[in-house]
Amino acid sequence: MKRFHGTFVFALAAGLTFGSVAVAAAQQTAAPAAPPVKLGIVSFLSGPAASPFGVPGRNGAEIVIEALNSGKAPAPYDKVGLAGSKIEIKWVDEAGSTAQVVTEFRNLVQRDQVDAVVGYISSGSCLAVTPVAEELKALTVYFDCGTPRIFEEKPRKYVFRPSSHATKDSTGAARYLLAKKKDITLFSGINQNYAWGQDSWKDFVGAMGVLAPKAKVDKELMPKLFQGEYGAEISTLLTSKSQALHSSFWDGDLESFIIQSGARGLQKRMPFIGTTAESSIGRLRDKMPDGTIIGARGPHGPLAPDNALNKWFRSIYMDRYGTAPTYPSYQMALSILGLKVAWEKAAAKKGGAKPTTDEVVAAFEGIEYDSPSGNVKMALGGGHQGIQATAYGTYRFNKQKNEPEVIDVIRFNAECVNPPSDKTSEEWIKAGMPGAKC
Amino acid sequence: MLTAFAIFSDGLVYAAYLFLVAVGLTLIFGVMKILNVTHGSFYAFGAYGAATAAGVWYDRGLNDAGGLLFMVAFAMLIGLVIGIVLERGILRFVYGRDEVVVVLVTYAVFLILEDVLVLVWGARSFTAYQPMIAAGSIDIGDLTLSNYDIGLVVLAGALAAFCYWALKYTRYGRLLTVVIFDRETAAAFGINVRVLYTVTFIIGAMLGALGGAMMAPKISVTLGIGVEVIVLAFAVVAIGGMGSIEGALIGALIVGIARAASVHLVPQLELFVIYAVMALVLGFRPYGLFSQVQPRKI
Amino acid sequence: MRMGSTVLGALAFAALAAIAPLLPPWLISLATIAFANALVVLGLIILWRTGLVPFGQALFYAIGAYAVALIGRYTPIRDVFFVVFVGAVAAGIVAYLIGFLLARYREIFFAMLSLAMSMILYGILVKTETLGSTDGFHVEAGSFLGWRPQGGTRNLAIFWLVLAYCAIAAWLVAYYFRSVAGSLTHPIRDNEIRVEFLGVSVDRLIHLKLVVSGVLAGIGGALAALAVQHVDPAMSYWTTSGGFVFVTILAGAGSVAAAFVGSLLFELVRSIAVTLVPGEWQMILGTALLLTILFLPEGLGSLVSRLRQRWRRGTAP
Repeated sequence: MKRFHGTFVFALAAGLTFGSVAVAAAQQTAAPAAPPVKLGIVSFLSGPAASPFGVPGRNGAEIVIEALNSGKAPAPYDKVGLAGSKIEIKWVDEAGSTAQVVTEFRNLVQRDQVDAVVGYISSGSCLAVTPVAEELKALTVYFDCGTPRIFEEKPRKYVFRPSSHATKDSTGAARYLLAKKKDITLFSGINQNYAWGQDSWKDFVGAMGVLAPKAKVDKELMPKLFQGEYGAEISTLLTSKSQALHSSFWDGDLESFIIQSGARGLQKRMPFIGTTAESSIGRLRDKMPDGTIIGARGPHGPLAPDNALNKWFRSIYMDRYGTAPTYPSYQMALSILGLKVAWEKAAAKKGGAKPTTDEVVAAFEGIEYDSPSGNVKMALGGGHQGIQATAYGTYRFNKQKNEPEVIDVIRFNAECVNPPSDKTSEEWIKAGMPGAKC
Repeated sequence: MLTAFAIFSDGLVYAAYLFLVAVGLTLIFGVMKILNVTHGSFYAFGAYGAATAAGVWYDRGLNDAGGLLFMVAFAMLIGLVIGIVLERGILRFVYGRDEVVVVLVTYAVFLILEDVLVLVWGARSFTAYQPMIAAGSIDIGDLTLSNYDIGLVVLAGALAAFCYWALKYTRYGRLLTVVIFDRETAAAFGINVRVLYTVTFIIGAMLGALGGAMMAPKISVTLGIGVEVIVLAFAVVAIGGMGSIEGALIGALIVGIARAASVHLVPQLELFVIYAVMALVLGFRPYGLFSQVQPRKI
Repeated sequence: MRMGSTVLGALAFAALAAIAPLLPPWLISLATIAFANALVVLGLIILWRTGLVPFGQALFYAIGAYAVALIGRYTPIRDVFFVVFVGAVAAGIVAYLIGFLLARYREIFFAMLSLAMSMILYGILVKTETLGSTDGFHVEAGSFLGWRPQGGTRNLAIFWLVLAYCAIAAWLVAYYFRSVAGSLTHPIRDNEIRVEFLGVSVDRLIHLKLVVSGVLAGIGGALAALAVQHVDPAMSYWTTSGGFVFVTILAGAGSVAAAFVGSLLFELVRSIAVTLVPGEWQMILGTALLLTILFLPEGLGSLVSRLRQRWRRGTAP
């Protein structure tokens, strides 16, 4: 009996192994008449980052690509697929160790032979994938990861990021806070103790130091990522006389903190500046305190401009998923549209034939185009890193209409909150943000 | 003075949370000698179940106190079902195997349940803040404390007292004490150890779900909450002495106060504090504060 | 028989090295990671034979990896043999130091304390913003005694390097298992006190095993860092350790070869699961582990010995 089971497990394992080879082989031999463009899309489909970022990003990709494939997107994106070729998607989960993320990237490029990879949420994934993408000469478009290091450490050739990096979230937050509260003298911060939280806080303090030298930092709280219980942090803040509280918390931690601090009246003492708070307003509704300063990592969601593309994107998203798209969906949409613009520019040069990777890369550099969240300019990193305007607003729950509202929105030019192309973010903030056009 | 009071009260609240998530783990370890990784899943299922129950209850506009009871009852029902399925369906086949292999079995089940969670509830997060908001708050000096947190402390204390009483003074509890002390002798005296295992595992699962249900109003119920709880609960149980209820209580208090003190006084150290306490305690008391005497077999 | 399995192992590694250029590049990079991790698993097997399972072996893995990454970042030294050596030594020293504490523990307490150790390292790495905190940082490409391959050749070279280390480690570990210290592993697991009566210090033996397994994990981490070209604190997180234990159980403690086959199979199953069911791959992994434990208690390695027995029964009269 036992022997039988052993053989069975072995057969199962062997079957899986050969199955994969067969799958890979089948994918290589299938060649329809008009070859589709294969995109690998990588996003968190499991784990804590799935619900706030991974799934909205995935959803954004799904509906935008469907609309492109049916040719139903509004002009100038009304051509079918990418320059007439339909888009085929290969979904991959970003969860797992960095070694696994890199291995899956290689699998996409070398085994599945995708034409381009769009994705990545964690900055760690982006930093690890970048040298591999360069080595494999694989066109790769990042959609959500925020670290400025990717294009500041080295010039890149095959890697693009149309969504702007994290610096503007912190500089924009500081500018908005000072526009609303000129005489601020004391502020605190609560950020998660990992790269994103540490960088956000460092940039925010740097920008405040430049714009309001008199304002001092009081409490500097760095709880563990996914801690969930913030009793001690809230008590510490309750004993502080700070006039504002900066936070780059996201999703679970953000909502837990808002609920727990709301129950203890923290927001009555100091307004909360949430640089990613937009993605949570749909769930927290009237529990998000009025007067919270809301960011969306760029002009996305309720902070997006009121243009035709935005209306189209919002409506197809709401129709399909029943909720409003949050910023990861917008970032995914603008990344795919950027790829489409570059692809079609390269194809047009060839009279409509399928462009090579190098031709798309050449066409991608430095383009400027419109997206549901407004104009995108590939201005930094030698034309590989996009910049966008950003916007912040103040939250209010409208009781009559029973829906959340973001009012007092202030827009900041792309050149106002992003560093110029010849400086890294850190140098630029340290030097006093020279050349900022506001 | 204010800081001292804040450290004390925050420490108690955090300790209550730790005790609620660790008590089921330590019970199962004490009786069955299983370090149960699935405990994280019990917690997560409890929290998701409670959030679903809250949605059903509050959408009908029913009253707040009943809502919390309904959430807890629903979560514990889920714990009961999962507990029975796991113990009868899988664990009973690996009793007697290496302790570490059994840990791996629970780890495998944990991986599976993480995805079951996604299949049942989808990859989105839920909130169940109504009881927390309804409970309100009281002001003590400059501090505002949440009544819900105070309730958690009371509940944890009551649960500890109940466990102590149940183990000491009920028939089932005394049987358990015997099994915890020496299962072979217990079996030799005619105690049906297998039945006790099943009952204990189910109670442990329900306690894990209770922890999730009680935390659900405070947190955003989202994927991955189970993973965070496992290591935390392990640390508390290891400090207190694996399998000891008093140990879990003392371990929770030590970690809770230490963490609150570090947040208030030296926030830079907060990330290490739990593991530092654990390494320190184990350095002096290798088997935790309230460990049993280990008989050595020659 | 002994000579037979050594020759067989050597032949297997040589054959793999020889056909590597013909294999698809994605399979090479997958196998590189799998074999680098297999070194860690080999170390775990050494410990598991004595009944010890550390849930914090990622500590040494991360130390090996960070040693390589730091040399690349702060010095001009790029030679892979040198940096892997440093990674191994660094992990060995740390293993030696914490061994004084860890060697006193057994069973689940040993597992928990080693977990605490690795989580402390994780905390330190997350706190170190100059090293990129959780984002980690880039590992400079290595040179092979002056030769600096690029692109696909580089991956092949790293694969050969990993194979070479694996072959040497497999041979040494097999030799160790046959030595006096190695033969005492099972007796320690069964009854420590009897081993003490033989005049052997169990704590010192376990200390030695810890250092050996730490060095192996350090080499594995160093090689993984060279292959992935990126390090981050998650390499020391407890789930990484959990993954190693997972593969150890899958492989079984029966044979040295099982570590390599098991690790490769694990990476393949995971990769296929991620491709076929992007959202539910953990379920597939969990089920695979569960089935192995339930139906193959001695791990995949036991399949080999069973087949061998059957073969012997078939040929011998």
